[in-house]
Amino acid sequence: MKQFASLVNILGTSTKTNDKLAALQDYFAAAPAKDKIWVIAIFSGRRPKRIVNSTLLQNWCTAITGLSQWLFEECYHTVGDLGETIALLLPEPSGEDLAGEQQSLSWYLETFIRLEKEDEAIKKEFVINCWQHLDRTEKFVFNKLITGGFRIGVSQKMMVNALSKTVKVSPSVIAHRISGNWDPVTTIFESLLSETGTSSDYSKPYPFYLAYALEDAPENLGDINEWQAEWKWDGIRGQVIKRNDELFVWSRGEELLTDKFPEYNAFKALLPAGLVIDGEIISLALPAETGVFKPLPFSALQTRIGRKNITKKQLLEAPVGFIAYDLLEYSGKDIRTMPLVERRLLLENIIQTIQHSSIHISPLIRVNDWDALKQTRLSSRDMGSEGIMLKRKNSVYQVGRKRGDWWKWKIDPLTIDAVLIYAQKGHGRRSNLYTDYTFAVRDGDKLVSFTKAYSGLTDKEFAQVDAFVKRNSLEKFGPVRTVKPELVFEIAFEGIAASKRHKSGVALRFPRMSRWRQDKKPDEINTLDDLKELLETYHQNGSGNL
Amino acid sequence: MPLIEFTDSGLFCRQGRFYIDPWKPVDKAVITHAHSDHARPGNSDYLCHHLTKPLLQLRLGNNSYETVDWNETVFMNGVKVSLHPAGHIIGAAQIRVEYGGEVWVASGDYKIEDDGLSGAFEPVRCNTFITESTFGLPIYQWKKQADIFNDIKKWVAQNKEAKKTSVLIAYSLGKAQRVLMPLSAMGLPVFVHGAVWNVHQALVNSGWKLPEVQRVQPDTPKEYLSGNIIIAPPSADGTPWMKKFYPYSVGVCSGWMQVRGNARRRNTDAGFALSDHADWDGLLQAVKATGAQKVFATHGFQSAFSRYLNEQGIEAGEVKTAFGGEEEDGQTENVKEGEADNTASIKVPTV
Repeated sequence: MKQFASLVNILGTSTKTNDKLAALQDYFAAAPAKDKIWVIAIFSGRRPKRIVNSTLLQNWCTAITGLSQWLFEECYHTVGDLGETIALLLPEPSGEDLAGEQQSLSWYLETFIRLEKEDEAIKKEFVINCWQHLDRTEKFVFNKLITGGFRIGVSQKMMVNALSKTVKVSPSVIAHRISGNWDPVTTIFESLLSETGTSSDYSKPYPFYLAYALEDAPENLGDINEWQAEWKWDGIRGQVIKRNDELFVWSRGEELLTDKFPEYNAFKALLPAGLVIDGEIISLALPAETGVFKPLPFSALQTRIGRKNITKKQLLEAPVGFIAYDLLEYSGKDIRTMPLVERRLLLENIIQTIQHSSIHISPLIRVNDWDALKQTRLSSRDMGSEGIMLKRKNSVYQVGRKRGDWWKWKIDPLTIDAVLIYAQKGHGRRSNLYTDYTFAVRDGDKLVSFTKAYSGLTDKEFAQVDAFVKRNSLEKFGPVRTVKPELVFEIAFEGIAASKRHKSGVALRFPRMSRWRQDKKPDEINTLDDLKELLETYHQNGSGNL
Repeated sequence: MPLIEFTDSGLFCRQGRFYIDPWKPVDKAVITHAHSDHARPGNSDYLCHHLTKPLLQLRLGNNSYETVDWNETVFMNGVKVSLHPAGHIIGAAQIRVEYGGEVWVASGDYKIEDDGLSGAFEPVRCNTFITESTFGLPIYQWKKQADIFNDIKKWVAQNKEAKKTSVLIAYSLGKAQRVLMPLSAMGLPVFVHGAVWNVHQALVNSGWKLPEVQRVQPDTPKEYLSGNIIIAPPSADGTPWMKKFYPYSVGVCSGWMQVRGNARRRNTDAGFALSDHADWDGLLQAVKATGAQKVFATHGFQSAFSRYLNEQGIEAGEVKTAFGGEEEDGQTENVKEGEADNTASIKVPTV
């Protein structure tokens, strides 16, 4: 555990990618095989289920320290991380408490699994015993492991690169090897990573190929005839896999979603064997005729995500479909190195053959020149899309985010000028800084809150707003400050839908602060009517209407 | 009428006709210590500890300074005033004010642990205690100075081995001299930024025996610096001035480094939670030692700290200062010396 805690410490504080890589490599070179497997699992999102909730941890901590609830919360909102707050508040072990036996990372994680079904009292005893023996850095890591959230500044890509250097296998092979459905308890490090090792896991998705945003003028891409243009759909990127007579649906976040969407059940019988399709998991309005589909806003899909039991009403209001982009495996063969146009032909054939209302091919946009495409792009929002994807016709399917062959060319966001009215302290590197804001538009002489936004400002701007919040708080509701309505921001967002949950009656898609309007006064901001007008214009059969 | 009032210009003793650490120019200012959020320019007369005077001269130029020793009594319009060690930086004092049998103490900034330079904090009995609360939350509990010094030395040694220069970020007055002690014991040459150099010289000229340092000059050869130690103020962190130390590693010495997010935001390679302020336990210990019936908390987490004291049966209130809102994050300290500092030059819209 000491070894891992020190790795986490370096990864969390180091500012240079090379240092992080080196730390990971050192760890992979020296750590026990069992621990290495767990590190791969943790950094690729395969953690054991959380065995206690944060309220219990908080209660045990306040019981040990004798601190009152409000003071604990005050600390938590300042630190911005529950695991770290607890580690800072608990007393440091001394003398014989430190002398106890050192347990490995895998011992802790496998104990979590073993205790999952046990009584709360047993879990409590275990946790408190661990707290007594671990030093502050280890306690922090232990708390992060037990609370399940483990975001500490390492991307899966970085881990893949470190592994690749350690075991001398190419990153794309590693990325594929560590994907899919494997269990860290039973998997052996060597067999997971060795290039020759025969994997029995036929659920494995391929690493996704991701596009960068197009920043230059599209003309710089050369001849338009070398490019395939499609709409950019706003759902969850996913892969549909049919192998060994089984169906698997993976999200880009490598979550297995097969059973979440009963609409996909039919694919199992329809799709030919040995097939992997890349596409978009998206909510689609029930089509009047096959072949025509109408995407619903992301908010519709949100009503289905994370839900275990789905009602008939939900199935009807937010049916989920799949828009197919690409074919990665055909007849059991990896065809990612085949040119895109050829993969596309195979894909078109398959989709056409099965004729099912829940799976559609992503339609191509056929234009003769870039100007025409620019015109078409302006109608993206009417199509219910976020813009246009440009893919080089002869491109192979690469691994991860790469420049050159695939580009996303998103439409400009919608914007609205709003005033900051509430602020809350942030998390992680925004600890003890007011960075999470709520914004309002005007409605007559009232202000109506309509969205939160946490991103888009520079560190320096955040520091300025933070200082303003600290000096201009009108009221406190727990961690939330009511701020003098004075600072005006331009809020950019990708979509707008009707919502009964929000006071303003609208919900925004991906809101962020695009500009600090220091030139504007609070009486110059947009109004609730302006928002409603946007809703009228762009509501795209919002789920609220169904 | 309370003995000390909280006014727009700062802490005011009406009977004694003086202010303590005023932030607007006044006739008579009693100064706790030479940091710029406490010692402002423009006052007609200053009263401070004699160790503070050369530091005020460095920062504020020549003014009318009256100095006293620890525990020396001065009467101002019948009010008895004396200074007592606060342990914060060299010369830092708590101000004891007595009139008509009532005693108030304004702590200024303080820390409980004796750092070997600033003098040991002296608990002073009083009726009313005005305490700072920069780190007034229980998440702030410091390691012992000796342990932090060991961490710093270990880090410097690691850097040396990796052929990197160690750049330690420490406030030029206080922290810089404090970390110099253990660093000089490592036998490596120690170089300092001009701001640190000026304070160092002022102290040496007034009789302090400090370890030898060299000033980083534009013509200092790169190889002199390589693998050695640089002490620089926060304002120098991330500026082109640092370029000539490359390859280097930056370590920030500040109580704020206690929380990972703060260290990450600073984009620092290493954070050492070395503070010149009292931690949570230190604040509580100090408050209890005064025996005060009434406590006012200022400069920091005053709202949480005073609420906690009230729950413990100690009557407490909060005072807001012109510096920082309720959770001042120490950035004002960067301003001292008028060094160019982007965090310090933030313009906050005024109300």
